[in-house]
Amino acid sequence: MSGFSAIGLELAVVAGALAILVIGVCVSAERRPFLSYAAALFVGVVLLSSFLVSWPERQTFFEGTYLLDGLALFFKRLFMVAACFVLVLSAGSSMKAVVGVEFPVLVLIALVGMMFGASAGGFVLLFVALELVTVTFYVLVAFARERRRSLEAGVKFLIIGAVTSAFLVLGMAFVYGSSGTMNFDQLRVASIDSGRKQLFDIGLVLVFVGVGFKLAAVPSQMWAPDVYEGAPAPVGAFLASGSKALGLVLIVRVMNSTAQRGETLWAVLLAVSAAASILYGALCAIPQKDLKRLLGYSSIVTAGYLLIGLASGSKAGIGASLYYMTAYMFAVLAVFTVVSIVFGAAEPAEIAGLGGLYKRSPVLAVALTLSMISLAGVPPLAGFFGKFLLVKSAVGSAGLNKGLIILIGVMVVGILISIYYYFGVIRAVYWGASLEEAKPITVTRSERIVLIMLMVGLVWLGLFPGRLVRASSDAVERIVTPRQAIAEVIK
Amino acid sequence: MDPLTIIITAPLAAAGLIAVIPGNYRFLIRIIALLSTLVSAVIAIWVFAAFVPGASGLQFEAKSVWVKSLGIGYHVGLDGVNVGLVLMGALVAFAAACVSREIVEREKEYYLLLLLMAGGILGAFVSWDMFAFYFFHELALVPTFLMIGIWGRGDDRVYATYQITLYLSFGALLVLVGLIAVYVQCGADTFDMVELQRHVAQTPVPATAQRWIFPLLMFGFGILVSLWPFHSWAPTGYAAAPTGVAMLHAGVIKKFGLLGLIRVALPLLPEGAREWLPVMGALAVGNLIYGGWVAMRQTDLNRLLGYSSVAHVGFAFLGLASLTILGVTGAVVVMIAHGFLAGLNFALSGYLRRVVGSTEMDRMGGLLEKLPFIGALLVMAMLAGCGVPGFANFVGELLVFFGAWEVDKTWVVFAAWAGLVVGAVYTLRAVRTILHGPLRKELAAATDPVGAWHKSAYAGLVVALLLFGVVPGLLIARIKPDAKAVSGTAAKGIEMKAAGEFGIGTTGAFAAGGVGGRR
Repeated sequence: MSGFSAIGLELAVVAGALAILVIGVCVSAERRPFLSYAAALFVGVVLLSSFLVSWPERQTFFEGTYLLDGLALFFKRLFMVAACFVLVLSAGSSMKAVVGVEFPVLVLIALVGMMFGASAGGFVLLFVALELVTVTFYVLVAFARERRRSLEAGVKFLIIGAVTSAFLVLGMAFVYGSSGTMNFDQLRVASIDSGRKQLFDIGLVLVFVGVGFKLAAVPSQMWAPDVYEGAPAPVGAFLASGSKALGLVLIVRVMNSTAQRGETLWAVLLAVSAAASILYGALCAIPQKDLKRLLGYSSIVTAGYLLIGLASGSKAGIGASLYYMTAYMFAVLAVFTVVSIVFGAAEPAEIAGLGGLYKRSPVLAVALTLSMISLAGVPPLAGFFGKFLLVKSAVGSAGLNKGLIILIGVMVVGILISIYYYFGVIRAVYWGASLEEAKPITVTRSERIVLIMLMVGLVWLGLFPGRLVRASSDAVERIVTPRQAIAEVIK
Repeated sequence: MDPLTIIITAPLAAAGLIAVIPGNYRFLIRIIALLSTLVSAVIAIWVFAAFVPGASGLQFEAKSVWVKSLGIGYHVGLDGVNVGLVLMGALVAFAAACVSREIVEREKEYYLLLLLMAGGILGAFVSWDMFAFYFFHELALVPTFLMIGIWGRGDDRVYATYQITLYLSFGALLVLVGLIAVYVQCGADTFDMVELQRHVAQTPVPATAQRWIFPLLMFGFGILVSLWPFHSWAPTGYAAAPTGVAMLHAGVIKKFGLLGLIRVALPLLPEGAREWLPVMGALAVGNLIYGGWVAMRQTDLNRLLGYSSVAHVGFAFLGLASLTILGVTGAVVVMIAHGFLAGLNFALSGYLRRVVGSTEMDRMGGLLEKLPFIGALLVMAMLAGCGVPGFANFVGELLVFFGAWEVDKTWVVFAAWAGLVVGAVYTLRAVRTILHGPLRKELAAATDPVGAWHKSAYAGLVVALLLFGVVPGLLIARIKPDAKAVSGTAAKGIEMKAAGEFGIGTTGAFAAGGVGGRR
């Protein structure tokens, strides 16, 4: 496979973005939703075609910068699925006020960044891809220009994003300075003399802070509630699905290439960040009155759960994180879809405003209930199986890493608190005081199809998890876990 | 399809059917709910009758793969322990559907959730795969929360909903961690309980691991069964729950935790059991004394029933903690008998609530005159509750006493006192306040239930209580071989005194004689 066919998926999406930009100039303002549908259709076709190509099991291109393996493909497909739903969502009536030609184009460009990020073979592509995504999101978050909240969210995202990018660059410099390479494969075998070990460790911590920004993990979690609350709903959905998944895959990549040098460092880093994210997010979510803000905090909790999978350091653990990420994506996309239909894409989403929703629109009520139950991790939905796999991997590795026992305890506490606030939303839907002017809500056909697909996804992944379990374990099959790397070094 | 799968799928499929029927076809929805639970109940009666006591291996077994890479499967089957539970669960579920005519708003959602509960818990009872076991139970739990919240009653129903949700979720999470720990520590790469038991017989779980996994399971399952002092969710929750939900939860779903102890904790972790069972025994006596004591002070019928149900599960815990054949057999009999009784009790209190408008006992009085059918049933239920011979509860409690006597005589004395004497005080007092005395003016219009569906709900439960009370051999013959296996595997690690062995033999013979005599 040549280099250009290896980046075929990304090139296709870039071409699509440019085409839509050109077509968009000729389309009148009323027909702009058509562009989003076209973009969604296009991404869907690229997604399907990715299953027709036979990809190499693991191969690097462009002198090791670009890496194509199962993990990269898994995430590329995940990003495309997320982008598809986000694009359809942005075509909905609720977005008419804010959507312009640029919106689908920007989503596609962010998608390209994510897809390149999944294939990052070294720090250079990692940084470029990350910045491509982040800069695009600066625009997307502030897209509802007339809304102060959206602008405020954009500014907050910009400042915190810039600061964490600075951390990332500094960290990369330290790692390069101490090891002499930016490439992940070379980093794994590079020799670092003991005098520079400290520099290397500091570099790793800084890189973690920088990449953790995407994941919304402590200590780079501050932006999530404000931005989720202020950004238009489709953008929030993309942040919670695609952007968060990008953070996950980048941390996996960095961890796998450096863990054998700093096993304890990574163990401590992941454990502390996971525990702090879970507790911070869960406790702060309790008093929230705005559903989007609540999702912001719950996304911090989710980042903590995902890190637990990585902290267990086994392939099963990383696979569990992939599964949980997918399950979370389906639920959170459904919630943002409901939010944008009920409240409008760029308006505040008061939980109390959901009162009587079951009367106003049964479909929305059921969709919201199922996604809340899935987020809370209760059977028979996808989220339960994700949490089951995470606990299983953590218990399985607890013999090697005693810290995991504490993490399991923190996770139990986190799940318990999260059940409290997720059920608060369900309570508002079914037996909250209904609003006086409560009118039936019309759900367009495309929105209905999206919701049904997401609900089927949630139930399907909960009842028949076998396929995705296999897909996620295949995805991590070829990566080298820290433990294996250490075993190799000892040999 | 095999009979057990039909028992599970009938309510679940009916729930799916109801989901697509428009909400205003109320009669059709109710008929579907009644018929599907009736199908489960009839098949459950049939499998109970066709079950061969003492045959080796599982009966009516069915197996298929679910998630191959993790060793998760769908594996259902009956042994002596769950055959009675399935019968009880299916009958109570049918009864719960029958009495649910009181629900007049959002019936579609109500019956859908009720059927999910019924199908879920029946699935948990017959499952032999730890994952499916847990999965089905949680499937039954979620509707509980929604139903108490939506159709619940009383001012504190929101508080009750949150309390029961958080408490039970905490218990369930402890159980989840414990079950996964069992899976990991066994190292057999399977969640199948039969295979795990076989595996553990050769290579036991390391003793150090058992010592921390067992309490996880004990307290996790214990919270789900309202083990003292983790019981406070039960009375509040049952007082706030709609009738059908209280019946299903107190009667059926609660038994999941005890079944979990019998299936997973005792046979797979004998070392842990040795260390922790004395604690469980002490807490069980706490259940009996504290539950009974508090029940005496209640003026609300539902709360009284809630606390008495807390007290009654103490017998089951005590029987399991004794780990003798008689004790374990008795515990299972108590589980089944209490299921019928709790179902009956909450059905009756639901009816009284509709007639009187409240479950405050002060507002009742002299009702026997107006409600001969309900009144007679209430007297019988209350007598069964304080352990009068002739009802299945008596058999179970007696067996537990005999079994526990071997291990610790003081426990038994306290338990007998609390269960029988204190129990008699509050049940008989309730009978007096509700049924006897002058009839209150505002209750002059009260009438018995009409309609065969409705009456059959109560009748079925009473008949079951009486049948197993008069012919306990029906249950004991089925349970005993498996109780022996449980107590045998779990007791392997425990040094048995020769005298103890002898004692079990003699009391066992005595109990069998007693059973024969009563028959």
